[in-house]
Amino acid sequence: MSAETVIERLREALPDAGVSLRKNPGPSCQHSLLVNAASLLDVCNVLRDTLAFDLLSNVTGVDWPDAAKADAVALPAEGEGTSSAGGFLEVLYHLYSTSRREGPLVLRARTVDREKQNQIPSVVAVYRSAEFQEREIFDLYGVEFTGHPDLRRILMWDEFEDHPMRKDYVAPDDYDYEPTPHDAVLEKARAHYPAAP
Amino acid sequence: MISDPSMFSSSPTLEPGADDDQLLRVSLGPQHPSTHGVFRMNVVLDGETVVSLKPVFGYLHRNHEKIAENATYLSSMPYTDRLDYICPLSNNWAYAHAVEKLAGIEVPERAEFMRVITAELTRLINHTAFMGFILGDMGAWGSALMYAFREREKILDVFEDLTGARMMANFMRFGGCRNDLPAGWAAKVSVLIDGYGPFLDEMEKLLIGNEILLGRTQDVGALPKEVLINGGITGPMLRAAGVNYDIRKVEPYGIYERFEFRIPLGEKGDCYDRIMIRFLEMRESLKILRQAIDQLPEGDFIHPKAKIRNFKPPVGEAYARIEGPKGELGFHLISDGTTNPYRYRVRPPSFINLTLLEDMCLGLDLADVVIILGSIDIVLGEVDR
Repeated sequence: MSAETVIERLREALPDAGVSLRKNPGPSCQHSLLVNAASLLDVCNVLRDTLAFDLLSNVTGVDWPDAAKADAVALPAEGEGTSSAGGFLEVLYHLYSTSRREGPLVLRARTVDREKQNQIPSVVAVYRSAEFQEREIFDLYGVEFTGHPDLRRILMWDEFEDHPMRKDYVAPDDYDYEPTPHDAVLEKARAHYPAAP
Repeated sequence: MISDPSMFSSSPTLEPGADDDQLLRVSLGPQHPSTHGVFRMNVVLDGETVVSLKPVFGYLHRNHEKIAENATYLSSMPYTDRLDYICPLSNNWAYAHAVEKLAGIEVPERAEFMRVITAELTRLINHTAFMGFILGDMGAWGSALMYAFREREKILDVFEDLTGARMMANFMRFGGCRNDLPAGWAAKVSVLIDGYGPFLDEMEKLLIGNEILLGRTQDVGALPKEVLINGGITGPMLRAAGVNYDIRKVEPYGIYERFEFRIPLGEKGDCYDRIMIRFLEMRESLKILRQAIDQLPEGDFIHPKAKIRNFKPPVGEAYARIEGPKGELGFHLISDGTTNPYRYRVRPPSFINLTLLEDMCLGLDLADVVIILGSIDIVLGEVDR
């Protein structure tokens, strides 16, 4: 079932879902469906129950500080407005059908921006396999998955504050343990900690 | 299903009043031989029975994906060896496969054969080591692992001849492999696989009727297949429950459609089925190896136009997956036309196979948790990345 067929079936089942096809310019030809974050859960329900895409294999988070770059990878249809000028966070879902043996069907959902409006509905209620992967994206990218049953950091420790996979992440320079401190490390430490009085 | 998240955070604290019902909280791991590395589980016990189990990850986290974004495509290849360090050659193949899909690169026939041979030998290594580890989890510490590692070492020897390293192979390139097979290598592998069948016979004879193995693994940790598919479980774990889903058959990559082999399926999906599935898979791997060695053609080991320096895939994205020994190993790459990937994502089978660990363990004894975790077959290099 091609992405075009899926999109037709989705439009029949959910006329207001706001699903659009994004072409992939590369040789892999894995086209994707851009789904409104608000209707993501409905779309997943239809895909699982009606179209038999029963295996959500992979969930990827992507940081797009520059929206034009995102449109270069997933081309918008002609006449369709390009994405907002500001950056956003994106979550990609790769779905397969174990009974029909097809896939991947690629879904993309985007947050409004990278700061406060960083919510995307969690699909754990439909696909349990997203549980840890959504936690990972929450941890490393800072996408807030609304409705996730247990949204905590997973790879970084709980007290950690930033999101290391974001493109503008700057590693801290005040790490306090280094077994054999040497040149560059000592230099950083000197820059960070004021000299003792 | 998912218990109350406030019941447990990854930094456990015992608030007063929580003791009223005599629950015991145990932090199992991270330094414990049965956790197969540095993995921790926050377990709540009622007597011996597991009431809640929350895995804690990240002890081996080094943000592999971020490091790969800051490196060229090829310089991530040696790093993929360190994901699942029992099976570096499968990881190499999965990554090369994804980049080839991203950039539209052809692979010569001989290189495809070399990939199949190394990947199936890797599957043998993984499943053999698994037998040793799972028996160790059951208390048969030492002997089984010694026999398993004796055979594993024979395969690592031929890997050393081929790649120069026992484990950290760094062997595949985009469009083929790094070097050709050394003279006499195929004959060595041929001898090796002839000797492997008798070893498997011996190991099976040791195990199949063993009362302890039967008692500890039968009817332990089974879940319905719909739940497993929904939980993203792949590989031998899924097939042990009877779901006929092997990427080598479903979406044949490389040249797998040329070989005759069957997909073993379990019935119940308990730990016993998971062990036996791996035995049967090794037999099928031997069949594939025999055919591949016999049909090995002459030719290029890498595409003559494969670009090593200044390699820039066109703008786009690709998701590619292979049937790794532990499950579906996938790579998702996004290219913005530069020498470094814009996004590099590993779909780690052992991490996602842990999603249903709690569901499998609830209501069972603490000792069963160790067997169930062992039967999932995780490697922490891949779980934590």
